[in-house]
Amino acid sequence: MDEPVRTYYGRPVLKEPEWTWEVPWYLFSGGLAGASSGLVLAARLTGHTGLADRVRWVAAAGAGASPILLIMDLGRPRRFLNMLRVFKPTSAMSMGSWLLSAYATAAATSAGLAVWGRLPRLHLLFDGAAGLLGLPFATYTAVLLADSSIPVWHEARGQLPFVFGASAGASAGAAGVLVGPAGQRAPARRLALAGAVAELAAHEVMMRRLAELGRPYEEGDGARFATAAKACTAVGAGLLAADRRRRWASVTGASLVLAGSVCERWSVFRAGFQSAADPAYVVASQRRRLAEREVAGEPA
Amino acid sequence: MKDLDLQAGTRYGFFTDTSVCIGCKACEVACKEWNQVPGSGFEFTATSYDNTVSLGANTWRHVAFIEQPAIEQPAIQQPAIQQPACEEPACGESVPGAHDFRFLMSSDVCKHCTSAACLEVCPTGAIFTTEFQTIVVQDDICNGCGYCVTACPFGVIERRETDGGAWKCTLCYDRMRGNKMPACAQACPTDSIQFGPLDELRARAERRVEELDSSGVVGARLYGHDEDDGVAGFGAFFLLLDEPEVYGLPPDPVTPTRHLWSMWRTAAAAAGGLAVALAGAFVRSGRG
Repeated sequence: MDEPVRTYYGRPVLKEPEWTWEVPWYLFSGGLAGASSGLVLAARLTGHTGLADRVRWVAAAGAGASPILLIMDLGRPRRFLNMLRVFKPTSAMSMGSWLLSAYATAAATSAGLAVWGRLPRLHLLFDGAAGLLGLPFATYTAVLLADSSIPVWHEARGQLPFVFGASAGASAGAAGVLVGPAGQRAPARRLALAGAVAELAAHEVMMRRLAELGRPYEEGDGARFATAAKACTAVGAGLLAADRRRRWASVTGASLVLAGSVCERWSVFRAGFQSAADPAYVVASQRRRLAEREVAGEPA
Repeated sequence: MKDLDLQAGTRYGFFTDTSVCIGCKACEVACKEWNQVPGSGFEFTATSYDNTVSLGANTWRHVAFIEQPAIEQPAIQQPAIQQPACEEPACGESVPGAHDFRFLMSSDVCKHCTSAACLEVCPTGAIFTTEFQTIVVQDDICNGCGYCVTACPFGVIERRETDGGAWKCTLCYDRMRGNKMPACAQACPTDSIQFGPLDELRARAERRVEELDSSGVVGARLYGHDEDDGVAGFGAFFLLLDEPEVYGLPPDPVTPTRHLWSMWRTAAAAAGGLAVALAGAFVRSGRG
């Protein structure tokens, strides 16, 4: 922080999150799965059934991994069903649990129906449900983090959903490039490109909005992952854009975009810890708010 | 010891008047004893008399010690109503130059916010508001998701390593149910921790600030008594002698859920953007 702030022996005002490695991977798997289900639906509706059939498995894998990661992160995993004993609109985690339950059920059922091969109308219905639930599932995790007292998350509440949504789109597109059948990969490539560019842009907008509160992205783990995310996403997008014919370029580019999406979630996750650990972020941002309110003539 | 007569439906809380705290930590000990809170280890901080460090899963009262350069002001007196008859010659008079520093001591505790972030974000309903409008975690419901930990603007609630559940001050809900004063307030030898109906405490606190101001004490202020603040007022509020951050408290705490609806709108917009990107990717749907 630029202006010196008074603290209690430099001790944190906030607690660092209790969350461990499962959470950033959940943020990634949820985004990948949700956006992939969107891709499946769009592909089906436009006749790209080959692409849809392959990407559906990406969605199913992500939808299967998500609840496992979430449950593993609980302090008392055997009580995971307590998540569903209330429906609580003031809790992003409650709403997210319901959304995850509905979405994962739809995605798993659509994969199951694809294997079974009968009931095509019901299959389309579940592809539709998974696609429509998948999109909010890909962005709600941003609210999960933003609805906290951690300055680097809460003060980025206007940008974080776009960072996560773009990153989810990029990863689903990249997965489509990797697994899609020859001749049907072009839409996936376009999605990966659009997502990658939007991800880089949204992160930049977030950094401007955060100003000095964004310093956790410029030092320590937050910076390492942010730099890796930017490099992977940019180079990956460059490779995807530059050469459509050489398969190795597409595969490398798509892999890098996926890695960039993983690193993006890890950078946001780690930045939150750094933001909570340093009392200066909390005190400086709140002091500034108080000063602004005083200027505006409201009682402090 | 006469029992209190606590009324369900009345809001009770703490007024912690730090101007008379002597840093004895009886509150910390009484809290641990009554609530059978596990030990929190021993860390020798070597910065002050505070080796408790902070509130957490195993620390529900925490006495902060701040050493500052002395300021010119009269010695702080007990509230007039509690003041003993003054017999010693020097009693009540400041002794100039006797100390070149002063101690600020403050017993911190869960704020029992009117708009409590931990309760609002809890996905299991484990955290609830009692009939005394205090905030309590039901341990048999909590599944240890840790969401309350990131939500609390004061860093109060924490997951306990040994059992994975979230723990914090209950304002001695069990004692209150039995018409007993919470353990910390009961143990406090200087009435720095006062327990009672919140309305009464607020009025008493206002009078105390006036008393200190008029006796020439510098910097007395209430923290958390205002219902218009970011958490709609604390159920456990404080009289401080310096800025909140000096005691490790946030100067302008806000319940993050205050902005939840705008966050949902943003997430919906981002999901919409994703839908547009998907549609755009298939617009030129030549199968190339």
